[in-house]
Amino acid sequence: MNQKDFKEYVGQTSVEIIRQEFPILSQLVNGKPLVYLDNGATTQKPVCVIQAIEDYYREYNSNIHRGVHTLSQIATDKYEESRDKVRSFINAKSSEEIVFVRGTTEGINLVAESYGRANLAEGDDVIISTMEHHSNIVPWQMICESTGANLKIIPIDDDGVLEMNAYEALLSDKTKIVSIVHQSNTLGTINPVKMITEMAHQKGAVVLIDGAQSAPHLDVDVQEIDCDFFAFSGHKVCGPTGVGILYGKKHILENMKPYQGGGDMISSVSFEHTTYNDLPYKFEAGTPNIAGGIGLGVAIDYLMSLGMDNIANYEKELLLYARLQLKQMEGVHIIGEAEEFGGVVSFVMDCAHPHDIGTILDSDGVAIRTGHHCTQPLMDRFDIPATARASVSFYNTKSDIDALILSVDRVSEIFG
Amino acid sequence: MSGLNDLYQEILLEHNSKPRNFKIIDPHTHYKEGFNPLCGDRIQLYVDMQDGIVSDISFQGSGCAISRASTSMLTETIKGQSIDKANLVFEEVRKMLTEPDAELNLEVLGDLEMLSGVTDFPVRIKCAMLSWHALKSLLENSEDPVSTE
Repeated sequence: MNQKDFKEYVGQTSVEIIRQEFPILSQLVNGKPLVYLDNGATTQKPVCVIQAIEDYYREYNSNIHRGVHTLSQIATDKYEESRDKVRSFINAKSSEEIVFVRGTTEGINLVAESYGRANLAEGDDVIISTMEHHSNIVPWQMICESTGANLKIIPIDDDGVLEMNAYEALLSDKTKIVSIVHQSNTLGTINPVKMITEMAHQKGAVVLIDGAQSAPHLDVDVQEIDCDFFAFSGHKVCGPTGVGILYGKKHILENMKPYQGGGDMISSVSFEHTTYNDLPYKFEAGTPNIAGGIGLGVAIDYLMSLGMDNIANYEKELLLYARLQLKQMEGVHIIGEAEEFGGVVSFVMDCAHPHDIGTILDSDGVAIRTGHHCTQPLMDRFDIPATARASVSFYNTKSDIDALILSVDRVSEIFG
Repeated sequence: MSGLNDLYQEILLEHNSKPRNFKIIDPHTHYKEGFNPLCGDRIQLYVDMQDGIVSDISFQGSGCAISRASTSMLTETIKGQSIDKANLVFEEVRKMLTEPDAELNLEVLGDLEMLSGVTDFPVRIKCAMLSWHALKSLLENSEDPVSTE
């Protein structure tokens, strides 16, 4: 494959046409055309998503699941339609298994607090890995501390690949929960989640997959993975901030206690006794982010119209192109060289600290993320304080990558 | 952006690549670590204080060019100064970096004025201030030297 000659098409749709759907992209930043390569942090929103949010507030803003009036019914229908779009997006069996939350972080906290508190006892094990985001570390540390369970860590090799033999050795009858990132936000590594899940199930443990970085880039099928929980964020799949999804297998969610108490999550309340609502409402206390949920449904329609496989293929070409060029640059080192990867390329430079790289790139209009990416244990593993991370989306182009490379060159000139 | 040249001036780049007083003073009377948990910059200041005078000062640690150069210049400026003078310099640097309209005493600042380019980059001000805050905290506890084990 000639990595410099790929066509800028996502399936049948040209990227030039796609970019017209994202108004934010056609602006100057510091006098230069914006090159947005911070999609791992959050993605930009297409017009249809922005319009859907505006439509809700302009035309049918009202609370859901309660009013008998017309606007409330429209809002309820749209919100529940979104839930079913999410179901189809990750191929869950039933929309009862789709819980609206604030984001991946809340999804993981819900499982740790509700499932973890009820099922962990002193001496039990929770297994995570070295490449987890802080949001898939700290909730488990907290629940382990209060239950007396132990947190076990799967190590990774120098390429940023999970050591599966070590995982196998960590698994035991004491293992109750395995919580693993699907695609690393720092390294780009795509983990073998189906195999990880199967191995955990053989020991009777449940598995949570952190899909924050995989849902935007891969065709996710929770039934194929067979994971028990899967969490992702709306704003990383071209949807609004403040809304995310926790998928859970029905029979497991049914046996879990509510995470928060309040309105909407009950069937009946008296001072003597409260009956909880059915799935998924049992986990959705209070008025949710209605506009966000509806916007997320529209974002998912948009992604599915492009095709997740098409998105994955195009982004892979962009990333291969970026990695190839970065590798050829003197004094530049890529962090994370797994064969199965997506979404990001992280790098460090001999001559400059990542924050200085970020400032110089910004002055060229190139937006990347620099820092530890909320993966401090991973930084310690590679003995680096931080990395510079470029993360792509399907609306990025080859010329975005060229602008990145040119600007990295300028860092070498200034600091070299 | 015009500010980039003001930020990465030659003298700053030179301090970054050849930091002054980049070592551990042994023995030292005072030690203070400055850490920015958001970006991971971490610097350690070592001071040998004699009769209210910073008779020697050095640093270690890792961070971006701004924090490293700022710390290197800090050690050059503060070495041999009294606690009162060091506090005066801290105050001028703080004003220069965080109060856009403040009147500055350029005589006290000397070469440190070069750091003012960072004010065009609000997210980087904390990089320049890190070691100065560590120094301030160290000076405030000057009666109470930190043991080095």
